[in-house]
Amino acid sequence: MSRGRHSEGSAGGPPRDGSLTLTAASVSYGRQAPALLDVSLTVPHGAQVAVVGPNGAGKSTLFKALVGLLPLRSGRISIHGRPPNDQEDPIAYVPQREEVDWRFPVSVRDVVAMGRYGRVRPLRRLRAADHAAVDEALAGLDLAPLADRPIAELSGGQQQRVFLARALAQEPHVLLLDEPFTGVDAAVRESVLSVLEDLRAREVTALVSTHDLRLASERFELVALLNRRLVAYGAPADVFRPDNVQAAFGGGAIMLDGMLVVDQCCEGRRRWTG
Amino acid sequence: MDWLTEPFTLPFMQRALIAAVIVGVVCAVLGCYVVLRSMAFLGDALAHAVLPGIAVAYLAGTNTLLGALVAAVLVALGISAFAQHGTIREDTAIGILFAAALALGVLLISTVRTYATDLTHILFGDLLGVGREDLFISGGLAVMVLATVVLLFKEFLLVTFDPLLAHTLGKRPGVYRTVLLLLLAVTIVISLRTVGVGLVVALLVTPAATAYLLTRRLVRMMLVSALLGVASSVIGLYVSYYLDVSSGAAVVLVATGFFLVAYIFAPRYGLVWRAGSARVNRRPTA
Repeated sequence: MSRGRHSEGSAGGPPRDGSLTLTAASVSYGRQAPALLDVSLTVPHGAQVAVVGPNGAGKSTLFKALVGLLPLRSGRISIHGRPPNDQEDPIAYVPQREEVDWRFPVSVRDVVAMGRYGRVRPLRRLRAADHAAVDEALAGLDLAPLADRPIAELSGGQQQRVFLARALAQEPHVLLLDEPFTGVDAAVRESVLSVLEDLRAREVTALVSTHDLRLASERFELVALLNRRLVAYGAPADVFRPDNVQAAFGGGAIMLDGMLVVDQCCEGRRRWTG
Repeated sequence: MDWLTEPFTLPFMQRALIAAVIVGVVCAVLGCYVVLRSMAFLGDALAHAVLPGIAVAYLAGTNTLLGALVAAVLVALGISAFAQHGTIREDTAIGILFAAALALGVLLISTVRTYATDLTHILFGDLLGVGREDLFISGGLAVMVLATVVLLFKEFLLVTFDPLLAHTLGKRPGVYRTVLLLLLAVTIVISLRTVGVGLVVALLVTPAATAYLLTRRLVRMMLVSALLGVASSVIGLYVSYYLDVSSGAAVVLVATGFFLVAYIFAPRYGLVWRAGSARVNRRPTA
């Protein structure tokens, strides 16, 4: 895969601090109370961060702000030293699956190819390198046999893999995954995790929102616990302390024999079959 | 087979045929975006909103197509601005503009003495009255619209399917949406002579919706839709000629007929097929 300027020579160079930084960032929809309040955090280059918190904690809002879809009311976001709307290198954002119309008349390959559209100017067609990246992304998520299927015929897990393949085709330096484990079976979950392992090796910075606290603590080196404000941020062992969890989840959290149980029923956990 | 060729020995019928084919193709292709983005209401509103433009051109004695074109472009830009910066909901904004423009158009036309016939032609089309000048203007505009769709195919696909991705790829969805709206405005203007303000939305929506029942690939959907649009136009003209009924209405009803047949009998997505496959699926579990 081709690499952009930000990762070139990083192996022997000085450690890059903060490929992505939020400084006292607040976001609100219209005149409502802020969905995200005064959040400051720095994600080191190549780190993988689980973003957890109750429903309405601002996880999706955070991602949308990071790609410049929502303006900041105050504070600052800097990715590779630039604001979200002025990025030279691709940031791949994988929204929740409900964000698009899956009855749209396109094939799996068409959707994955859209990941390359940012590199092709209007009036131009995709080049050989683009088609190669699409094929590689399809193969990486075992989608090659489904490449010519209309997306209307896919299951929820297949849809999730198509979205992820499209993000890989972008060859991003920063990847934002919104709820990739919601409503998918164990096999899809494993394939998402193995993609994340590959990306770790390639030093792609990744933020992944999830409801699965156990997964967050076992498979990620950093956890951001969010409830409009940033309640805690750091290594899983430091973040998942009873006081932090209580602060984020309130009465929904209980400790049982040293194990954390959180009742986060039920919104956003429905299986989406289309 | 004389009955097939007989109508088109007359020059005005030849012009009607060419106009109907042009409109059939352009409406059917643009209609795919209208159907996929649920813009039927917007298309209908845009069609009615060109009425004042036609009225002003008519009163000034210039070509009504040009008047309609100016009005349609202005309204398309207005709706686009409303949608991006407005404090009221888009469908409300469209509803207000749509009714106001229609009222303004009727008001202007009512100052003319031959009010009733003129209004009928504008509202329901006058295919048999298409002149040479009209043909050249609609032909030129049609080529422009179709060429834009081909050249910006990627971009239109991206902003109709996933505006969020378009944004993160730096593709400015607002700009392409406005271009699409302008193409829609031009398409409506081209169609006015054939089916009129009142029935344009049928030519935009019906062939595209029929094609959507037959295929799940966008390019194929556009081709099938265009084929259906042309077939509806030509068959509608014959019906109009031999039964001596309104040509615009005949074209629309033929298109509706195709839709109903597809809705019931289409493979995979039709009523019959789905009923059949539901039965097959039920059997093993029962």
